Amino acid sequence: MTGTARPSTARRADHLAISRHIRPGELVLDVGCGDGQLMELLQQDRGARTRGLEVEQTGVNRCVAKGLAVVQGDADRDLPVYPDDAFDAAILSKTIQEMARPKFVLGELSRIARRVIVSFRNYGHWRVRASLLTSGRIPALGANRAWWSDGARRPCTARDMAELAEEVGLSLTAITAASGATGDRRSLTRFNWTAEELVFVLERGERLAALKSASAGPLLTGK
Amino acid sequence: MLDSVEIAYETWGEMSPRKDNVVIICHALTGDQFVASDNPITGRPAWWPRMVGPGKPIDTDRFFVVATNVLGGCMGSTGPASIRSNGSVWGAEFPHITIADMVRAQIALIDQLGVEDVFLALGGSIGGMQVLQWTVQARNRVFAAIPIASAGRQSAQNIGFYEVGRQAIMADPNWREGAYLAEGRRPDRGLAVARMAAHITYVSEAALKRKFDRRLQDRQSVGFGFDADFQIESYLRHQGQSFVDRFDANSYLYITRAMDYFDLAADHGGVLANAFRGLSTRFCVFSFSSDWHYTPEESRDLVRALNAAGCETSYVSIETDKGHDAFLLEEPDFEAAVTGFVDAAAEARGLPPRMPRS
Repeated sequence: MTGTARPSTARRADHLAISRHIRPGELVLDVGCGDGQLMELLQQDRGARTRGLEVEQTGVNRCVAKGLAVVQGDADRDLPVYPDDAFDAAILSKTIQEMARPKFVLGELSRIARRVIVSFRNYGHWRVRASLLTSGRIPALGANRAWWSDGARRPCTARDMAELAEEVGLSLTAITAASGATGDRRSLTRFNWTAEELVFVLERGERLAALKSASAGPLLTGK
Repeated sequence: MLDSVEIAYETWGEMSPRKDNVVIICHALTGDQFVASDNPITGRPAWWPRMVGPGKPIDTDRFFVVATNVLGGCMGSTGPASIRSNGSVWGAEFPHITIADMVRAQIALIDQLGVEDVFLALGGSIGGMQVLQWTVQARNRVFAAIPIASAGRQSAQNIGFYEVGRQAIMADPNWREGAYLAEGRRPDRGLAVARMAAHITYVSEAALKRKFDRRLQDRQSVGFGFDADFQIESYLRHQGQSFVDRFDANSYLYITRAMDYFDLAADHGGVLANAFRGLSTRFCVFSFSSDWHYTPEESRDLVRALNAAGCETSYVSIETDKGHDAFLLEEPDFEAAVTGFVDAAAEARGLPPRMPRS
């Protein structure tokens, strides 16, 4: 095994926020699962059944050595093979802003899971806005580092994320800040100003389901 | 058609009263049933001592491990060197066999041992093909499966390499259309060449460079002849020579042919995922980055099919320069991942945990 095991007490705030949205016994896919900390948390605290997808080999090795079911693969490429509705929930914990194709990944996850839970850094936070306005610089969120070393590869705001979700047919049903504050779609503006890290719970709208069945109809019955 | 077959096998550990701790190990092309103890016939040491034994990833203190010699092999199981009912040696009149036939024989053995469900099936290379076949053929009788450095179908490149080997054997004048045993001869030259060609595919260019590069064998300069000037030549010749002492040429023909015919997708409407749909078996697939015999890409195709089928799947690609044979060699990350997967599966199966060792 490479590296050393981290103490399980060092639970990430966004992981705890995510776990509140997982119901006992659910089948969950963690995309970009790293060394499996969130999967372990979900198993222990929620009794969830977990699967992971991770691009980095060292993370995968650690996960499998811990007995977690993890596949080494690339979400930007490997998600299309998963069948529809394969999971109760799919999770992107601080990974969507690192993806080459975030819209594609979110769209695929909305197909293979009934619920998609996304945690991300919110660049709509007032300090980011103030910094841009007054100094013309993007401040680091969370860790105190330069934009090029620690920032998200694709910075976006809470509003940006909500709009992307809508575009792929997902509606925002719950918001949790890493601080623990919760709300729904109506609190988006407030969270967009005040939260550095957010967890979005996204669910497929009825509209999308209707569209899907309408488009599948002719394929099944047509000549 | 074979009226009956004999299957040679070895076991380690003890079967639990509930018969729920059975592990099947499927050997590679030139392997045998002597996984964890020395082969008394050839005197060769156990071929997987790193993986199987007391306290090892496949812990014989916990599991009842069964390994057979494959159908068509030459280490005690029925094969082309066996005597048929009319008293003559089968030779090239031995019926063609498939991976499915090999697995059918293994399932028959398990049935005979009174075992309903196998806890784990694992193996590398053609052994991995058998593992996949096990999960499909003994549907939901396999709790966990570890196909290592393997594929859901034999690639064109591999068919090509094994065809070179077969042609070398059949071009040897001592092959005698496969009847060499009856005539007291052996196509050793051909079989050695087959082994030499195949052996190159088992190692990586990086490993060859590290071990031999262009270094010369017991000389200061090249000899401008066809002796083994280079260390790599000497090494391959040794590999070929030592192989003929322990392997039957016709077995090599039949087993490599069975590998060529292996295509799980073709057996399931051309879609590999269809083979695995509805399986409750949990899988852990391994590949090695420098393996060009069974490439990581082939394992990835297998993993995609397993995911598409909704199977519980892990996939670990091990970074190494040791090539295809890496699964037999020291690879700590590989062993740690196998251990983690096996222990988690054992827990899910309700088997007692690993005993702490001092």
